Amino acid sequence: MVELALPKNSRIRVGKTWPRPEGATNLRKFLIYRWVPEDGENPRIDTYFVDTDDCGPMVLDALIWIKTHIDPSLAFRRSCREGICGSCAMNIDGQNHLACIFGMDEVKGDIRIYPLPHTEVVRDLIPDLTHFYAQHASIRPWLETSSPAPEREWRQSIEDRAKLDGLYECVMCASCSTSCPSYWWNSDRYLGPAALLAAERWLEDSRDEATGERLDELEDPFRVYRCHTIMNCTQTCPKGLNPAKAIAEIKKKLVARVV
Amino acid sequence: MTSYRTPRARVAGLGSARSGTGHFWEQRITAVALLFLTPAFVITFARNLGGGFEEVRATYANPSNALVALAFVITAFLHLFQGLTVIVEDYVHGRKGTFLIIAIRLLTALFALTGIFAILKIALGA
Repeated sequence: MVELALPKNSRIRVGKTWPRPEGATNLRKFLIYRWVPEDGENPRIDTYFVDTDDCGPMVLDALIWIKTHIDPSLAFRRSCREGICGSCAMNIDGQNHLACIFGMDEVKGDIRIYPLPHTEVVRDLIPDLTHFYAQHASIRPWLETSSPAPEREWRQSIEDRAKLDGLYECVMCASCSTSCPSYWWNSDRYLGPAALLAAERWLEDSRDEATGERLDELEDPFRVYRCHTIMNCTQTCPKGLNPAKAIAEIKKKLVARVV
Repeated sequence: MTSYRTPRARVAGLGSARSGTGHFWEQRITAVALLFLTPAFVITFARNLGGGFEEVRATYANPSNALVALAFVITAFLHLFQGLTVIVEDYVHGRKGTFLIIAIRLLTALFALTGIFAILKIALGA
């Protein structure tokens, strides 16, 4: 359901301004969303100053610098620090991105960081992605066959393999789905761009034998047809993928079955 | 109340409706049809602006003009019904949404029927 204002206990307040690091000449101001479930307080925006001469160039470098030098209680997910694990997706300067491959120099002025939009927050910048992962599992992201398995691998032509390019590289960071207004209002029933990109990856796979069943499962006013080609997903994808096009391809397949 | 439903059960819900493509496809067809029907209807209609009753009746007594007007009214209200339904599905959930969709269906049908009746009355000169 559309929600135009945050619930009372989610309204954001001005938080603490942490002291500037001593002796630093090049400072960058960070405004970061903070919330912990234990204290019963509303979320707040804390202000930090990062010594950019002492830390790496990416937003994640700055977050790690803050955690190391200023405030060890700041919570965020991170792992690979090179854009392949998808852990550090967050809303930076109004756009969802992976903090590890988003340079501080890409933002003019103060850097504002929030958790992924319209997600339930576990703590600070950590969203609860349980439902998002369950949606991914629901499209059965694995090869389904009924023919007897070949002695060696299931073979695929070079041309057919090339059709999966742009579909298989998704790192499941949830940037696309949480940038989509349709997903904000209807994520209980709409699968969202990430799950649908994965669905298209298996629909396109020449080795898969469950195309019809997969389309049956997708054909639903809510599961697929909440996509109104808003294209936020494609605009925000940190990996440069095009979920909007993948969804359009699914719709074309669904239409091809009836026309 | 604590819910012990698993995340997978929540995503599965009541299962796929196995429909929606018809609505999607028909909305596109009516959209393309209106691209042609709207100017055709508006031009004929505009030509009669300021004209008298006999003049209007003469225009719509011509079967091609009457058919364009009928096709426009039917397609436009069908498209309106399809589009408004999508908006309600997007933004209004639960029983309120169901009632709104019923109301949209009845009202657009009523408006379309009124238009059809009016055009036939003029065209057939009752």
